[in-house]
Amino acid sequence: MNIDKKIATRQSYGEKLVELGKINKDIVVLDADLATATKTELFKKEFPNRFFDIGIAEQNMISTAAGMATCGKIPYASTFAMFAAGRAYDQIRNSVCYPKLNVKICATHAGVSVGEDGATHQMLEDLGMMRALPNMTVMSVSDDVETKWAVEEISKLNGPVYLRLCRLASPVIYEENQKFEIGKGIQIGDGTDATVIATGLMVSEAIKAKEELEQKGIYIRVVDIHTIKPIDKELIVKCAKETKRIITIEDHSIIGGLGTAVCEVLSEEYPSKVTRLGMLDTFGKSGKAEKLLEYYGLDKNGIIKALM
Amino acid sequence: MKVTEIAELEKIANEIRIGIIEEVYAGKSGHPGGSLSCADILAVLYFNQMNINPETPKSPSRDRFVLSKGHASPALYSTLAQRGYFDKKELLSFRGIDSILQGHPDMKNIPGVDMSTGSLGQGVSCANGMAMASKLNGDGFRVYCLVGDGEIEEGQIWEALMSAAHYKLDNLCVIVDNNNLQIDGTITDVMSSYPINLKFESFGFNVINIDGHNMEEIVDAFNRAKTLKGRPTAIIAKTIKGKGVSFMENQVGWHGKAPNEEQYNQAISELRNK
Repeated sequence: MNIDKKIATRQSYGEKLVELGKINKDIVVLDADLATATKTELFKKEFPNRFFDIGIAEQNMISTAAGMATCGKIPYASTFAMFAAGRAYDQIRNSVCYPKLNVKICATHAGVSVGEDGATHQMLEDLGMMRALPNMTVMSVSDDVETKWAVEEISKLNGPVYLRLCRLASPVIYEENQKFEIGKGIQIGDGTDATVIATGLMVSEAIKAKEELEQKGIYIRVVDIHTIKPIDKELIVKCAKETKRIITIEDHSIIGGLGTAVCEVLSEEYPSKVTRLGMLDTFGKSGKAEKLLEYYGLDKNGIIKALM
Repeated sequence: MKVTEIAELEKIANEIRIGIIEEVYAGKSGHPGGSLSCADILAVLYFNQMNINPETPKSPSRDRFVLSKGHASPALYSTLAQRGYFDKKELLSFRGIDSILQGHPDMKNIPGVDMSTGSLGQGVSCANGMAMASKLNGDGFRVYCLVGDGEIEEGQIWEALMSAAHYKLDNLCVIVDNNNLQIDGTITDVMSSYPINLKFESFGFNVINIDGHNMEEIVDAFNRAKTLKGRPTAIIAKTIKGKGVSFMENQVGWHGKAPNEEQYNQAISELRNK
């Protein structure tokens, strides 16, 4: 992991969209007046004819994307996670998931790490809502390399996808040659004292915790769950069997997201005690992103504290 | 097959109405009122206007139809069966557990259904997406979308209308089935969407007002819509909920109720004698 090289996953998304637009003419991009923030503006500049600003009308954007998908287009629809999963839930459910249409909902600004905008803009329930939808693939990516892989990979998957992206710049974790597969988590390290199962921004924090704990003679492993659904049951069960403790961490409510998904797997397959770190059934608030993450224990120190 | 004779279209619409009653009676469930009100419009679309072929229901260049008021599914299914997309016998399985004919249109399993609908207010946006794809590909197909006059109380409809005008979707035609009734009462009493025509005009649509049961007016309106360039067109069709069955006409109670045996017999006999 390169702590000095930081890039926000929304930026990686915007850059990859441009590359993808060059090789796949069916790709169209929709946004709801947030192109500068979601970074779809990069695609807009390159392919103005295949970019559609729908204005501040997220419900309309999602159903419009659905209509385009029925005609063979591959729409990437972007806005903040709050307004995609939240505002347009019914449209995602009935216009996209029920008919299993090929719409990629790429939602940026997820989690409390949105920062200063505060609670109304900090989406903490999207993984839970999106995970509950039949036909939906749900992804939450952790760094630049993984994001660029995911943005291209989902274009090859014929069906609805929710891709969760973040505003905050975060360290580049993976080498360019890293192998990824939808539905397969990535195990980092093989410590047996604990497994920290993380997603999105929390993966790099978990790796920092792992490195610091090694100095103290505590050896943990980190699992990056980039695909929340379908979740990698096999890897989760394997880690529960091989390590003494399981901790989950996500910039999301502990209700419905990664922590819940892990508990579902383990309660059915290999009952284990799980400690869930995340937003504890509360709204966020304004503040600098890093300060907020620290305040809510969503960082390296929060993980170490939970383990000690 | 393009039917141009008005009398023939009227006969087809009557057959569609018979199918609607058969479906709702067989399923003991469904929405006859708002299905009967749009039967004439669907007859014209599927037998006179749209460029479609039941043999190739997925043809990329076909015209599209989105039934935004998805609860009028009996009307759409009956029309598709008449047009040859599937066997008419299928209509009797409407809403049954083994049926392809879901309560609301399901594009995955019903031949000829271009979009799944049911949750009101989403159809115009979907139709916009199709019309945009048509322009992008240069396919040139037209897109038709039928909305209810109660349905347009949904805010998303107005987002979509704004968007259709903004993107100059002149290959889009929205039809408002203005039967003046919704579940809880008249449109005027529950939540007035009037004046519908002025609202559509101010949202950037060409507006054509017609009697939605006059075949000549319906055909003329669709023909005119095709010639209007640069803006989408809306046809505001004044209709009668329950049209064609005397005891269902203009009755709020027939929005979502199936007839009993006696009522069924009477309805069928009235329609057969037209």
